Amino acid sequence: MLNYIWAALIVISVVVGFVSGRTAEVSAGILESAKTAVNVVIGLTGMMCFWTGMSAILEKSSAVKSLSEIIEPVINLLFPKIKKESKAKEKIVMNICANVLGMGNAATPLGLEAMKELDRINPSTDASSSMRLFIVINTCSFQLIPTSVITLRHNAGAANPYDIIIPVWITSFLTLLFGILLCKLLDRSRRFEI
Amino acid sequence: MNVINRISLYVVPVILMTTVSIGLYKNIKVFEIFLQGAKTGLDTAVRLVPTLVGLIVAIGMFRASGAMELFVYALSPITGKIGIPAEVMPLAILKPISGAGSLTLVSSVLKENGPDSFIGRLACVMMGSTETTFYVTAVYFGVTKVKNTGYVIPVALAADVVCVLLSFLICRLFFI
Repeated sequence: MLNYIWAALIVISVVVGFVSGRTAEVSAGILESAKTAVNVVIGLTGMMCFWTGMSAILEKSSAVKSLSEIIEPVINLLFPKIKKESKAKEKIVMNICANVLGMGNAATPLGLEAMKELDRINPSTDASSSMRLFIVINTCSFQLIPTSVITLRHNAGAANPYDIIIPVWITSFLTLLFGILLCKLLDRSRRFEI
Repeated sequence: MNVINRISLYVVPVILMTTVSIGLYKNIKVFEIFLQGAKTGLDTAVRLVPTLVGLIVAIGMFRASGAMELFVYALSPITGKIGIPAEVMPLAILKPISGAGSLTLVSSVLKENGPDSFIGRLACVMMGSTETTFYVTAVYFGVTKVKNTGYVIPVALAADVVCVLLSFLICRLFFI
């Protein structure tokens, strides 16, 4: 999909630039943007190193495990079809914790293992209700510190780069809640019953 | 909203202190582990360069040609009804499709409108509040035998729309 969007952006820009007589600006825009791209990455690199370093400490100190114990009751409630002591449940809990802590590097492999496990106990080629809910939770993922946004804000000269944290918490929590409720609602309608 | 401002300033220091304290308590060589982790962060950043160059150049061309203005103008009847600034609509559309692409748009919105403007903050809240729907779905279902994903994509996209609306409402509550 991104293939088409990317190609469309370039083709449309050239055509519109030609029609509006801004071809020179478009050419200048290419030079300027390529430089900007590298600057954006340089601007993000420091904080990316710092946070992956910090999350490595959390990972090593099995903070994910401790946090898992706290959220496990909630997960049991959300995934009633998965056995409490199963490997799938353990991976789901750990994936969600890693996401909350902003440990993307750790979250994805855990999430994939959880999916494999859910796939093993699912006899059909239709996604099970647990899989569907798990994916939706991951697409609405709640993150404690949105580091890249904060860094971009700082680099752009924000007075307080962190001032969006609490609005982000509220928004992503409510979005997550909406996603979960919608899944549960659709599970009840027989059309999706598996 | 001064209190919120205050609280937000404590979040990161408290988390850092907790992290390091837990590490020390568990007898971990915190600095060594930090360095190992930071290295993977550097790899990620380096791997981000080609993607961002490709996307930022394409979006830079789109902006320079005047196509972005046309696009925002075309969307303004819809966004005008709800009151959402049209400037964040490209982000709302790209967010479910590409993480790096939306990062690009956020940085360009911040440059154009300023980080402390309503539009700048709204873009940041939208960016911080969801994941890249299509990427997550593709990667996660990729390891399974599932052929029919059921309602996953529609629900996830509905959540993305809700996220845009909520970001707008909550930013209005906090920043106006």
